[in-house]
Amino acid sequence: MNALLAVIRRDLLLALRRKSEALTALFFFVIVVSLFPLGIGPDPNLLRKIGPGVLWVAALLSTLLGLNRLFADDFADGTLEQMAVSPTPLGWLVAGKILAHWLVSGLPLVLLAPMLGLQFDLPVDALGLLTLGLLIGTPLLSMIGAIGAALTLGLRGGGALLSLIVLPLYVPALIFGAGAVEAQIAGLQAGGHLSLLAAMLALSVFFAPLAVTAAIRIALE
Amino acid sequence: MTQPENSLSAHDLACVRGHRTLFEHIHFTLTAGEWMYLRGSNGAGKTSMLRQLAGLAHPAAGSVRWNDEDIREAGDAYREALLFLGHHAALKEDLTPLENLCLAAALDGLALDEATALVALRRFGLKGREELPVKFLSQGQRRRVLLSRLLTRKASLWILDEPLAALDTRAVDLLGEVLADHVGRGGIAILTSHQAIPLPGGRELMLEGVA
Repeated sequence: MNALLAVIRRDLLLALRRKSEALTALFFFVIVVSLFPLGIGPDPNLLRKIGPGVLWVAALLSTLLGLNRLFADDFADGTLEQMAVSPTPLGWLVAGKILAHWLVSGLPLVLLAPMLGLQFDLPVDALGLLTLGLLIGTPLLSMIGAIGAALTLGLRGGGALLSLIVLPLYVPALIFGAGAVEAQIAGLQAGGHLSLLAAMLALSVFFAPLAVTAAIRIALE
Repeated sequence: MTQPENSLSAHDLACVRGHRTLFEHIHFTLTAGEWMYLRGSNGAGKTSMLRQLAGLAHPAAGSVRWNDEDIREAGDAYREALLFLGHHAALKEDLTPLENLCLAAALDGLALDEATALVALRRFGLKGREELPVKFLSQGQRRRVLLSRLLTRKASLWILDEPLAALDTRAVDLLGEVLADHVGRGGIAILTSHQAIPLPGGRELMLEGVA
């Protein structure tokens, strides 16, 4: 448990020493989301309709942006090797790294989403639901992304391959996350969508560290 | 300090890379207080063998046993006894030597207080550089930071890949002292090097390559 906290502390410290990487992904999110209202023009009905989808797609792409560096730096400088021979189970250390990734690249998106949603004229309860959906969904994106990042470790041109592996896997999260807000706006119950999203998160919390650990061991060999 | 009699043994170890057999039929047993000097030309499979011994790579044949138990079954117990320092410095460029050392210990689940870490760094001649980000250090200094882990992490088996690379003569002598201490306390060490190691009494294993 202490080791888990230590990994999180270490990765946050590293992110703090190298702020530009985290900030790039964040500004990317803000800019992509803001481009849509500017490009489409002030049609509140249309904006309200596309808003949730645009925010979710931007969140997926922004998560993808920093993903290839999640394990690559540790792999290149031998830290991953040290983690594999550490008495602490590799799964714990991996879980810590994924959690730190979410704190750096997922949580800020959740906090920014309600403000950006205002550009799409989303009503207040829809904004709340969007934020809640992203709060459940962004850890899921980090978990799935970590599997892709571990699988493409040490490959040349792994970045493009990573997008091809991960983006299709993000589809369910996108459908249910954006679907929840759309259902709410249409006056339907959104609980089902969120429950499914939470169920996927629960599954990934259990399986993702196992899959990532296996992939890292293969990459190290 | 009483230590149980530890032993590391290799049984019929082999390594295959592509269609080439790097080495095969390697047998040895090291018991407490023994150290081994692994030699061979470039590409003979020294690093591959160390990685197999550390459990990072699966042997193509044979097994590695720690206290007569296969290391894959020994698992955490083996990794607790093992300190493996590889080719890479495993240091974070943006962190200071002190932070690197403390975090490396924390990842192993061990608490390391700053005073102990500072003593280790100073012993390796890094006084005054404890708070400087590693990216400003030279290759040799980075190596010294890495080797400071030998003093801060308690382990009965050391597997060191090219520990003398980039070190100056004083650091080489120092490493010899540290190794002698370790072996004198009943530790086991395996290392590769292209330079002479200032420590007498080691066993030697020569990898000659399989035709």
